[in-house]
Amino acid sequence: MEATAYAVGTIEIHMTKNVRLIARLDVKGENLIKGVHLEGLRVIGDPQTHAISYYHQGADELLYVDIVASLYGRSKLSDIVRRTAHEVFVPLTVCGGIRSLEDVSDLLLAGADKVAINTAAVKRPELITEIARRYGSQCMVLSIEAKRQSPDRWEVYTDCGREGTGIDVVDWVKRSVGLGAGEILLTSIDMEGTRKGFDCNLVEAITAEINLPVIASGGYGEPSHLKNVVGVGADAVAIADGYHYKRTTVHEVRQSAMNYGIPVRNVK
Amino acid sequence: MTKKTVIVDYGLGNLHSVRHALEHVGADSVQISSNISDILQADHLILPGVGAFGNGMRELAERSLSDAIINYAKSGKPLLGICLGMQLFASSSEEFGFHTGLNLIPGKVVPIPTITNCGSTQKVPFVGWSGMKRVKDWGDSPLSSTKDHEAVYLVHSYHMMPDDSSAIMAVANYGGHDITVAVCKDNIIGFQFHPEKSGRIGLSILRSFLDI
Repeated sequence: MEATAYAVGTIEIHMTKNVRLIARLDVKGENLIKGVHLEGLRVIGDPQTHAISYYHQGADELLYVDIVASLYGRSKLSDIVRRTAHEVFVPLTVCGGIRSLEDVSDLLLAGADKVAINTAAVKRPELITEIARRYGSQCMVLSIEAKRQSPDRWEVYTDCGREGTGIDVVDWVKRSVGLGAGEILLTSIDMEGTRKGFDCNLVEAITAEINLPVIASGGYGEPSHLKNVVGVGADAVAIADGYHYKRTTVHEVRQSAMNYGIPVRNVK
Repeated sequence: MTKKTVIVDYGLGNLHSVRHALEHVGADSVQISSNISDILQADHLILPGVGAFGNGMRELAERSLSDAIINYAKSGKPLLGICLGMQLFASSSEEFGFHTGLNLIPGKVVPIPTITNCGSTQKVPFVGWSGMKRVKDWGDSPLSSTKDHEAVYLVHSYHMMPDDSSAIMAVANYGGHDITVAVCKDNIIGFQFHPEKSGRIGLSILRSFLDI
C-alpha cells in the first residue's frame, strides 16, 4: 500500500497503515448483549451467529468481551471462542475475567490470538509483564474503561465500569508500556452505546503520549465519527451496536472510510 | 491417496488456528505433532510459531526437532514456515541477542525500522493488514492465485533479509521500507503473514499450498 496523505478537518495526516475495522461483541453468559455506558444490558442473540456474519461482512478483527466475568468469576468465553475459531479466519481478541497465565493459555488454545485485560492488570500490574514475556507483547492488550472527570482528565474504571480506581488513564497507559503492553483497547464509558461519537479528546490524549496501537471503542453512530477518531490517531475502531442493531454493516463502514480517504484493507 | 499434513508442535503459537484453517479448505489429514517420524513421513510440513526467535530455537532443540525439519526439507517435499516459523529458516537473528537459525534460507532476521523514510516514528510491533507487493513471478507457488497488493494479516517486530534477494517473493511497505512478507527457496516457503488469519485470501493460499 502506498502512503496516503489526506486531510481530516484541518489536520494533515500521513498514513501508511490500514486502519482496522473491528466488530466488538459483548457477551454475558451465553448471550450477545449490549448496553449504554456499559449498563442496562439487552440480549441481542447468539454471539457465534453474529461473529460469523461479521467475518463474512469483512471485519478485520473480532473482539469478544465478557463484560461481567470479572464480577462473577468463571467465564464461558473459552467455549464460545472454541466454536468461533472453527469458522472465523481473522484475528480474535478476547477480554473479560482473565486473571492468570493459565486463563491466557486456555483462551489461546481455544483459538484466541490476543487477550485484553483490565481489572486483573489494575489489581496486579505484573500480570502484564508475565503475559508479555510468555506470549509476546503483541498478545497482551491492555483494556481500559475510561470515565471523564474533567475535559482533559479521565479515570480508570474496572469491573465493567462499576468501580472507580482513582488512577489517571494517561498515567496508567504510560506505565503499561514499560510493563509490556502491546496494544491499548480504549473504551469510553461516557460515550459507550450513545451513538454520539467517540471521545476524541481521550483518544488524542493517549495517542499523543505513546507509540502503541490504540483501538477506539464506544460511541460510533455515523461515518463522520470514524473520520474524527482516525484523525486523532486511532489505529483501529471497534463498533458494536451499529452492527448488532443492523444500522450499518462492516462493508458500509469500510466504504465510508474509503470515501474519506482513510486507508483500510481492500475486501472484495 | 490420503495426503498427510503435519503441523510441528514445539510449544509455541496457535497450532489449532492453523489446523482449523487447513481442515476448512479440505485438507485430507491434519496432525499436530512433535514426533520425529511423523515429521519425516509428512507429505506437507508446516512450522508455525509466535514469539521470540531464541526461544523458538530453544524449544525446537529441547524436542530434538531441528534436524528432523532440516532432513524433511532435504527430501524435497513442501515445507511452509509461518511468522516465527519462517524466521527460523534464516541463518541468524538479532532479536534479544544473537541466535543461530535452521539456515534453510541463508539470511538474517532484522528489526523493522522504527523510523519512516520521511523521518517520523512508526509503531512497532506492526499489527494489522498490509498489501503484499509482488517482487518476482509467483509462478506455481502458493501465491499463484493471489492478486498483487492483496491484504494479509501480520503481527511482527522483525523480518527476514535473505542473502540472496531472489528468494523474496513479496514485500510490504512500512513507512517507505520494504519488509519481507513471503520467501521461497526450492521446496521451502515462508510467510511472515498469517494465512490462517487472513480471511478468504489466506484460506485460498493455504489451499494452494496443499495442492503442491
